[in-house]
Amino acid sequence: MAGVGGGNDFQWCFSQVKGAIDEDVAEADIISTVEFNYSGDLLATGDKGGRVVIFQREQESKNRPHSRGEYNVYSTFQSHEPEFDYLKSLEIEEKINKIRWLPQQNAAHFLLSTNDKTIKLWKISERDKRAEGYNLKDEEGRLRGDPFRITSLRVPVLMPMDLMVEASPRRIFANAHTYHINSISVNSDHETYLSADDLRINLWHLEITDRSFNIVDIKPANMEELTEVITAAECHPHQCNVFVYSSSKGTIRLCDMRAAALCDRHTKFFEEPEDPSSRSFFSEIISSISDVKFSHSGRYMMTRDYLSVKVWDLNMENRPVETYQVHEYLRSKLCSLYENDCIFDKFECCWNGSDSAIMTGSYNNFFRMFDRSTRRDITLEASRESSKPRALLKPRKVCTGGKRKKDEISVDSLDFNKKILHTAWHPKENVIAVAATNNLSSLPDVSATLYLLAKPPLKNPPLKKMLGRR
Amino acid sequence: MINTMECAVDAQSLISISLRKIHNSRTQRGGIKLHKNLLVSYVLRNARQLYMSEKYAEIYRMQQYEEVMTVCNEIQELNPLDLAEDCMEQSGDCCGNGGGSEPASLCGALLPASHTAAQSAHIQTATACSAPLSLHAEEVCKEPDTSFYRSCCAEPYPVSNCDFSPANGMHCNKTTVLDLDTHVVTTVENGYLHQDCCAPLQQCCQGAQTPAKKRKVDFGYYVTEPEEVPDFTPCKRARFDDFSCLNSDQLDSSNISNLISIFGSGFTGLVSRQADFEQTLNGQFCSTQALASLGAWTRAIVAF
Repeated sequence: MAGVGGGNDFQWCFSQVKGAIDEDVAEADIISTVEFNYSGDLLATGDKGGRVVIFQREQESKNRPHSRGEYNVYSTFQSHEPEFDYLKSLEIEEKINKIRWLPQQNAAHFLLSTNDKTIKLWKISERDKRAEGYNLKDEEGRLRGDPFRITSLRVPVLMPMDLMVEASPRRIFANAHTYHINSISVNSDHETYLSADDLRINLWHLEITDRSFNIVDIKPANMEELTEVITAAECHPHQCNVFVYSSSKGTIRLCDMRAAALCDRHTKFFEEPEDPSSRSFFSEIISSISDVKFSHSGRYMMTRDYLSVKVWDLNMENRPVETYQVHEYLRSKLCSLYENDCIFDKFECCWNGSDSAIMTGSYNNFFRMFDRSTRRDITLEASRESSKPRALLKPRKVCTGGKRKKDEISVDSLDFNKKILHTAWHPKENVIAVAATNNLSSLPDVSATLYLLAKPPLKNPPLKKMLGRR
Repeated sequence: MINTMECAVDAQSLISISLRKIHNSRTQRGGIKLHKNLLVSYVLRNARQLYMSEKYAEIYRMQQYEEVMTVCNEIQELNPLDLAEDCMEQSGDCCGNGGGSEPASLCGALLPASHTAAQSAHIQTATACSAPLSLHAEEVCKEPDTSFYRSCCAEPYPVSNCDFSPANGMHCNKTTVLDLDTHVVTTVENGYLHQDCCAPLQQCCQGAQTPAKKRKVDFGYYVTEPEEVPDFTPCKRARFDDFSCLNSDQLDSSNISNLISIFGSGFTGLVSRQADFEQTLNGQFCSTQALASLGAWTRAIVAF
């Protein structure tokens, strides 16, 4: 990849594949969010079953050089359970919509995970010592039979034990969202975070769970006048008073919390005028923004709509500075995609660590990368068949019409059930995590390390594996 | 796999597909997704606009043809002078609130004909356009006591509220109603074509039946908030605005083209931005027929 590692082209290899071996994927295993932490040593995934699985990168070791940089399961826990709202007779899905890591401040790791209604702060901590030599309890923790027999006291000592990783919920932020939560974002002040649903954005303090500030409310007085909803929101990476939110109409609003308590009036409004010649029945759907991400520098932001990715300069509101077509060949298929609901798929996008490249997913387990400086792009496929370790991934090409060349795939052969919605890029290195339908593939550059991540199968809880793993 | 051959791009099938999606979203796990349903409603609106405009174009074409035929049949029988006199009396009445361009042209054709002395000559030499228009006006004005306007569609429509202001407008909303519970389809009409009719409102409204109420859907139904006081159940906050029911099914009975009439005025924010003929009619009342099916509507609304 040009950029990090310098000079070489788009060359990627499979490193690890983690996932179920058999073809039958349980619905609950489907990965719904992927996120690296700030150092990149931890990779968290959330799935539709409400489970969070955290992978940790192996340290370099002379004993096992070939496993340097491999991601292995570190912790697994059930973050959210299905709930039932009796008042509205609605079931609340346990699917994890988003995970966001907090910056590490001590030995423990903290992350926020959210489903449609409730956000939870989890603490993931290691325990590798335990106290031994209690006076009243025996080794197993049972009370000793006869306390009166004790004639002398001893001080318990800490003895090393097999590593145990514990996840405990430290805060539960509930009952603040009437509509479905689509985004959470940790602020750069490391004290607050925002959560966004279809119509409202709330600002929370990480320590306070019983109240939050509502900073954006676009609910109209008369719901029949509803024309747009909030689709994503993110805090600025450096300016703790700035955040953006995107809408279903393809617009992005940047708000400054210093301006007013309620940020209904935006500071900046980003919108590209619609091309009237491309108007169709589905114009509103394909212009809806599914993801918005600030660049690491904070100077740019990227938005993903159904067919394209756009990079915006925060200083220019009337149009994006760069537009990349992800799968323009689908424009003529919108009607069928509407029928099979694929047109509602919400693709995510991500920056690389240096902001020189961006990545997003597509169908047929394809994902696309765009180099911003050279304007080159590549399509790669995350599939088991082509996942030979350390073998270069072959670029794929979709044939849009005419004669299909060798190695090209025609649009009609694309499998629209295999889609890559969630991707994540290591914040510092050329390692990416791509969540396909049932697999989690982590692919680095050749110059860096080679990974393949697999999602552990449900029937084999990784809890067993993570004990004693070091 | 996508097969473009099987993809139905016509408005009618899009409408039915969209309605099916909305219907299915009721039973979806996790509750109705506001975003997705909003997007589906946009498609529904776009498809319906196209469908309506196609229908109106077809109706207009049909009506033009009928008028021409009528002229050809009757022009020999009528005394041009009698025709002119009639029109003199009634043109003033008939050409009431001409708002659009077409009523103006209707009246325009009549007035000069009625005021000039040599109108007979005019009429006789009139083009096919003005003569049938005169006849049309005469037909309309002959029935002031009925509660029906004869629109250019040659089908009777029930008149709506008398409180029409020009801004409110009247329009022919042909809506087909699908009861989500019984799956019964009823085609209803309200109002009449704004652009085609120029009959006076006040006069012809005498025998008006109680105008109909159109139902508005409130998307707040399925996501109620603690601070809003719901009715006996959180879902039954239906506001019934305008609902008309005529069981004329000449225009398109059989098939699928189902427009839940709640979407007729739902999302007024979407609708009113368009320069189209769909405007909500406020303060109107249900007719008996509408009231009878209100129960079914409540169930349909409850779904949302």
